[in-house]
Amino acid sequence: MTMPYYASAEQVMRDRSEYARKGISRGRSVAVLTYADGVLLIAENPSSTLHKIGEIYDRIGFAAVGRYSEFESLRVAGVRLADVRGYSYNRRDVTGRVIANAYAQTLGAIFTEQMKPYEVELCVAEVGETPERDQLYRLTFDGSVVDEPDFVVMGGQADAVTGHLRENFHAGMGLADALKVGVDALSAVSPATAGSGHGGHARLSAEQLEVAVLDRRRPKRAFRRVVGASLHSLLGDGGTAPDAPEGETHAHTPSQPAPGTPAGLGDPAAPDTAGGTAGSGEGPGPQG
Amino acid sequence: MNESSAGRSGFPPAYLDRVGSSFTDFLGATTPDLLPGRRPVPAVPMGDIAPHGTTIVAATFEGGVLMGGDRRATMGNLISSRDIEKVYPADSYSVIGIAGAAGIAIEMVKLYQVELEHYEKIEGLTMSLDGKANRLAQMIRGNLGAAMQGLAVVPLFAGFDLDAAAGASPGRIFSYDVTGGNYEERGYAAVGSGSLFAKNSLKKTWRSGLPADAATRTVVEALYDAADDDSATGGPDPVRRLYPIVYRVDAEGAVRLTDAEVAAVADEIVTQRAAADRQNMDREA
Repeated sequence: MTMPYYASAEQVMRDRSEYARKGISRGRSVAVLTYADGVLLIAENPSSTLHKIGEIYDRIGFAAVGRYSEFESLRVAGVRLADVRGYSYNRRDVTGRVIANAYAQTLGAIFTEQMKPYEVELCVAEVGETPERDQLYRLTFDGSVVDEPDFVVMGGQADAVTGHLRENFHAGMGLADALKVGVDALSAVSPATAGSGHGGHARLSAEQLEVAVLDRRRPKRAFRRVVGASLHSLLGDGGTAPDAPEGETHAHTPSQPAPGTPAGLGDPAAPDTAGGTAGSGEGPGPQG
Repeated sequence: MNESSAGRSGFPPAYLDRVGSSFTDFLGATTPDLLPGRRPVPAVPMGDIAPHGTTIVAATFEGGVLMGGDRRATMGNLISSRDIEKVYPADSYSVIGIAGAAGIAIEMVKLYQVELEHYEKIEGLTMSLDGKANRLAQMIRGNLGAAMQGLAVVPLFAGFDLDAAAGASPGRIFSYDVTGGNYEERGYAAVGSGSLFAKNSLKKTWRSGLPADAATRTVVEALYDAADDDSATGGPDPVRRLYPIVYRVDAEGAVRLTDAEVAAVADEIVTQRAAADRQNMDREA
């Protein structure tokens, strides 16, 4: 006697969700937070070339967890959609909503139509003219899209990181404070810091982090990677290689980038990264 | 237009499946009608009914390169624009100036800017300066059909080479011909209808390793000389406060000199030439 090959739609979907969830939960976490001057994207990522965070367009950034090859092809598709749209309409006509919708449709179609769902979770972040107009869209493997306020956490221990952030996050923090809160939350659950001491977790170091900002004060392209010396000084671990070469992974690193400089070619001495938002942020939130 | 944005099922397959980091190639595969070189051009000469931009000059200085362009566009024997802008930043470290059919040229500049930015976003690196120059040559090559109907576009490209060998000048200039030929120039270059006069002027005033302000004067003076003899090149226009557009590219990136800066240089040139001319007349009298 042969068993009939049949599975209910409900069962198939449940299996696929479980499969995707499992894949995602193996990865390290990514946190996307709003701060006074824009959006801060932090990923625990020891690789300096296989990015989890990227630039989509002038005011739009991208962060992802899960399978690299899958979210990388989604990132490239997002860049293409944004550039084609901006080229045939106008740069202002490219919005985070358009990109998020395309991702949602694509992920939804893949989830229902293909054997193997994408094991990814994405965040599309858009920085607005004012903090109220910042948008964080969180997209899951089945194509659901949620517009979240304040922060988005994705990946392995997302719930634990979210809990940590809920306690410590305040709207309108300066860059250095927001980074501290975000890195602390990621460090608290990271397996990379779990072995150190009994009293608690050590902080993830600059080498284990990938950090970028969407800075609303930058004239055109808001996205910029925070690397090298500026990341060290923001993390507050002075003394550790203050002269660390900036953006070593980039083949064409300028000595003195100007405004509008390509993302990732940031200047360590630039006041907007080194000094946080002290004295310049709109409505500084409660500190400490 | 073939709507290329996401439809009901999200990204079209080409968005996810294609490999490559060139925006032009991607448009060619998905929406070729958006590319300037892919449209049919009527087989009649139409040079006189389309506005044409004229003179662009570029010159290196000790820390980089300068590019300037006059503000005139002509249509046959008419001036079609007095305030057209023909020099644009291509990315943070390079600039592009255009002579020829203005409509196609501006579209090409726009495409070129997206091309460089697209590569940068996808690859995570900036293209090398030679790579940028080569991409532009390919774009010009695609326009050869239109060029034969009188819609030629001839750009001038200049940039700061972040990979320049020690001792070599970081400012580099590339010129092009209508067939997409790409030539690196030494020191200075000019394109457009007034380029003959501009080059003659540069030949006498430009020296290797000039400081930035002296080189700025050289560039503005070359444009003045071109406007002096070429009807299609506009000179400084103090009545409407229109002065040449000058970009400076150095280690800090590409910056456009303010109108006030260029106006000061242009006014100084005009004043000095007027004074010299008056002395000659006095001597003759």
